[in-house]
Amino acid sequence: MDKGNGCSFSAVTSTAIISSVIFVITLILVRVLFVIYCSSRPMSRRAKKPVSTLIILGSGGHTAEMLDLLAVLQKDRFYPRFYIAAATDNMSLQKAELLENSLAAENGTPITNAGKFMKIYRSREVGQSYITSIWTTLVAMVHALWLMIKIRPEVILCNGPGTCIPICAIAFVFKVLGIRWSSIFYVESIARVRRLSLSGLLLYKLRIADQLFVQWPRLQQQYPRAIYVGRLM
Amino acid sequence: MGDREEEEEGRRRVVFVTVGTTRFDALVSAVDSENVRKVLAAKGYTHLLIQLGRGSYLPTKSDGDDGSLAVDYFTFSSSIADYLRSASLVISHAGSGSIFETLRLCKPLVVVVNEDLMDNHQSELAEELAERKHLYYARPQNLYQTLADMDLNTLLPYSPGDATPVAKHINRFLGFPDD
Repeated sequence: MDKGNGCSFSAVTSTAIISSVIFVITLILVRVLFVIYCSSRPMSRRAKKPVSTLIILGSGGHTAEMLDLLAVLQKDRFYPRFYIAAATDNMSLQKAELLENSLAAENGTPITNAGKFMKIYRSREVGQSYITSIWTTLVAMVHALWLMIKIRPEVILCNGPGTCIPICAIAFVFKVLGIRWSSIFYVESIARVRRLSLSGLLLYKLRIADQLFVQWPRLQQQYPRAIYVGRLM
Repeated sequence: MGDREEEEEGRRRVVFVTVGTTRFDALVSAVDSENVRKVLAAKGYTHLLIQLGRGSYLPTKSDGDDGSLAVDYFTFSSSIADYLRSASLVISHAGSGSIFETLRLCKPLVVVVNEDLMDNHQSELAEELAERKHLYYARPQNLYQTLADMDLNTLLPYSPGDATPVAKHINRFLGFPDD
């Protein structure tokens, strides 16, 4: 083969490669936009069976608000229930376990069928240096991925702590890849009156949450796609 | 209880100060100051009980035998609900848990914001509830003025919230029938 043909062959190959890459990227983008569009609309079909639900717990006030919400959700619709809390947060899983055990006692179901409880590694502890944080964030992401592969919930409920970001991000990727469609519901804390928290802001701007609820009217004015629901507490 | 003890119990009006699990020395030292103690005694309060949390400032205890305020303190309690219930006035840090626990018990509340905290979104909640006249809102520097000027009769009771609107939205979104 003389040089002329050689050059045009590699030129065709690189054009082909570039075109394929552009094509794949465009496909992914279209798929992402489609997922975002579908997520913003209610499910088109009537729900006929219970939905597996992942509940992300955060420390203190976050857990109290989440338990308030769980109290008014019909337990036979949101089943089975999985709870995740940060590895260093002892109180939240205990409180959730209490709730589930008392529910089981009421219904006469065996305690082993009550919700499943898991801990997740935190991306970064308060005051941790930024260099070590890069590693711990990676570990947290891998751990979140592992948990999400196991659980693949249909519904995710979260209300603020940083632990929810890796999980919701992975849930979004699962939606795009067609692994599992999760409806993500985020309730902004009652303590947020004028500004969204960082978690809330990320989930709102990136359109990762299907529905984002706020408890004070000023937030709904500032963030028109948010849904004002009044105070939970 | 004898008649005299019952009478004393009846006249007992406790000011309960709480900082939750935080450290808030500026509030404790403000409450411990002489003019705050005087204004509370002048308003008819008999006891001042301070929950210190992780703070290091220790107030001066007092029996209150000379007609001044009786002062006592402790660091933590597994549940401050009982202390809140027996208080006539609550002065609290701006944590949402403390605030709503107190408002649910319909106790008069003065919230003091800790300006040393880095991200002070807590003040948003206290300011909003103060605007709606559910509590008084102060900083450690103007706590005395707030206490001196406050009229607890102007406070409005806080009606408890309701999580059912959220549940309704979630159910509708997922296609579950309305109850």
